[in-house]
Amino acid sequence: MSGCRKGVSMDSMDERILSIIEKNSRIDRKELAVLLGMEEADVRERLQKLEDDGVICGYHTMIDWDKTDVEKVMALIEVRVTPQRGQGFDNIAERIYKYPEVTSVYLMSGAYDLMCIVEGRTLREVSSFVSDKLSTLDTVISTATHFILKKYKDHGTIMEKKEEDQREIITP
Amino acid sequence: MTERTQKQEKAADSRRPVEEQLSRKVTELKPSGIRRFFDIVSEMKDAISLGVGEPDFDTPWHIRDEGIYSLERGRTFYTSNAGLKELREAIADKIRREQGISYDPLSEILITVGGSEAIDLMLRAMINPGDEVLIPQPSYVSYEPCAVLADAKPAIIRLRNEDRFKLTPEALEAACTPRSKILVLPYPNNPTGAIMTREDLMKLVPVIEKHDLYILSDEIYGALTYAEKHVSIASLPGMQERTVLVDGFSKAYAMTGWRLGYACGPRPILREMTKIHQYAIMCAPTTSQYAAVEAIRNGDADVERMRTSYNERRRLVLHLLAEMGLPCFEPEGAFYVFPSVQEFGMTSDEFATRLLQEKKVAIVPGTAFGDCGEGYLRISYAYSIESLKKALGRLAEFVAELRAAGQ
Repeated sequence: MSGCRKGVSMDSMDERILSIIEKNSRIDRKELAVLLGMEEADVRERLQKLEDDGVICGYHTMIDWDKTDVEKVMALIEVRVTPQRGQGFDNIAERIYKYPEVTSVYLMSGAYDLMCIVEGRTLREVSSFVSDKLSTLDTVISTATHFILKKYKDHGTIMEKKEEDQREIITP
Repeated sequence: MTERTQKQEKAADSRRPVEEQLSRKVTELKPSGIRRFFDIVSEMKDAISLGVGEPDFDTPWHIRDEGIYSLERGRTFYTSNAGLKELREAIADKIRREQGISYDPLSEILITVGGSEAIDLMLRAMINPGDEVLIPQPSYVSYEPCAVLADAKPAIIRLRNEDRFKLTPEALEAACTPRSKILVLPYPNNPTGAIMTREDLMKLVPVIEKHDLYILSDEIYGALTYAEKHVSIASLPGMQERTVLVDGFSKAYAMTGWRLGYACGPRPILREMTKIHQYAIMCAPTTSQYAAVEAIRNGDADVERMRTSYNERRRLVLHLLAEMGLPCFEPEGAFYVFPSVQEFGMTSDEFATRLLQEKKVAIVPGTAFGDCGEGYLRISYAYSIESLKKALGRLAEFVAELRAAGQ
């Protein structure tokens, strides 16, 4: 493969729309149009196209589960695999990401091949997923499981309570 | 009574009250209108404010980190009076790149404690008693008092809404006298958000040359323009030798608390400014100077990110003002809008005070920036979108109630 990666071409407005809704997907279309100095219809059209092209893949909600009494455990799992002829890593990645326990799968450069994020209700649940399902896959050579103890920042959002405005209330 | 206490009493009798011992030049200065309004606002605990004249962003982390690193390395001594050489060189590079003009970092650039110090120094370095300083208003609060403290006579030029608060050659010409020496050029402007384009500035040049004026060009908001890039008057033919360009890190890089600015200009003026700076200040804060080197070298992307964000909020505020029917020219710089409230038949001060009392929104009356700000408010949009919507929502309610009551 050459260096020229083909992607959906973005102009600066598309890029700005994406940056804004990446932080606030609930912003209404009219307000988005006002912020960007565009017509609302134009904004709608661009969003539709970005959705159709699969650039926008979904609208999610950031939830800090640690602030609830719901038990949740997350682990990062480094997976080393044997790539398959003609398939590379895609096939094995697919076998892994189809498990609903797996929330993310990335192909990595470096010491291991796939990084998976696995979510479960208890440590035991996640551990047994790794030992029963993941490490028993034919092409998996080894796994290393790292449990997440605390989330400080996720998707660009700092989880701690935001600081108050520190500025004087009136300044010249 | 002992002899000793009698003596003490006598001494106490002959002592004049301390108030009489103060400098009349200072006691006669008008207190800042901002200060007065601040005192009212700070008594109202849960007021929301659109009155802040500084960015809502924190200083970008890589800049703060460089400040911290300089402390860890023990960079805790004075720098040279004029400031770190590498900082002055970085500033010279930036101005050459952006404005196409060259300053010698060693003799034509001085690092100051905020742009404010540079304003004070320039006036003190050039004024002889009775010289006139031309000050367009509405504008930042310090020019007039600094001119007075330097023994100058301030000559106020009243800017007008119909000129989009630009300085016109006619207004400048009308204000000039044989004693006129310095013209303050405060663009992009606080509080109006007005800018001067290259064409606007070109029209002033013949008047400036005719009256042999020197220019104090306060370009602290120069990084924040939204329609076209800021043009410094120093970049116009023949103007660099008449101009002291004042800029700083506060607004562009969200570094207000670091107190760091600079002045660039002709060597003889900068030499005298440096002399005052050397005696009064010694040098600008060392930590801030190291952080500023990082800001100027690697901060362009931060400036652009913040500028984009201000511009979006500017559009939002203009849209909301239009919706509530408050007339406002479209400002193209800084982070202020300056809507008119003349239709309500009360002073800016009354309007702002009632808005604060009835809706708990603090907005600075235009008169804090000069008498000709009467009938206007300065709204700062250096706030989150949520805060802006909430505060302007209340302003809209207030305006609607006033209109309903008036009918």
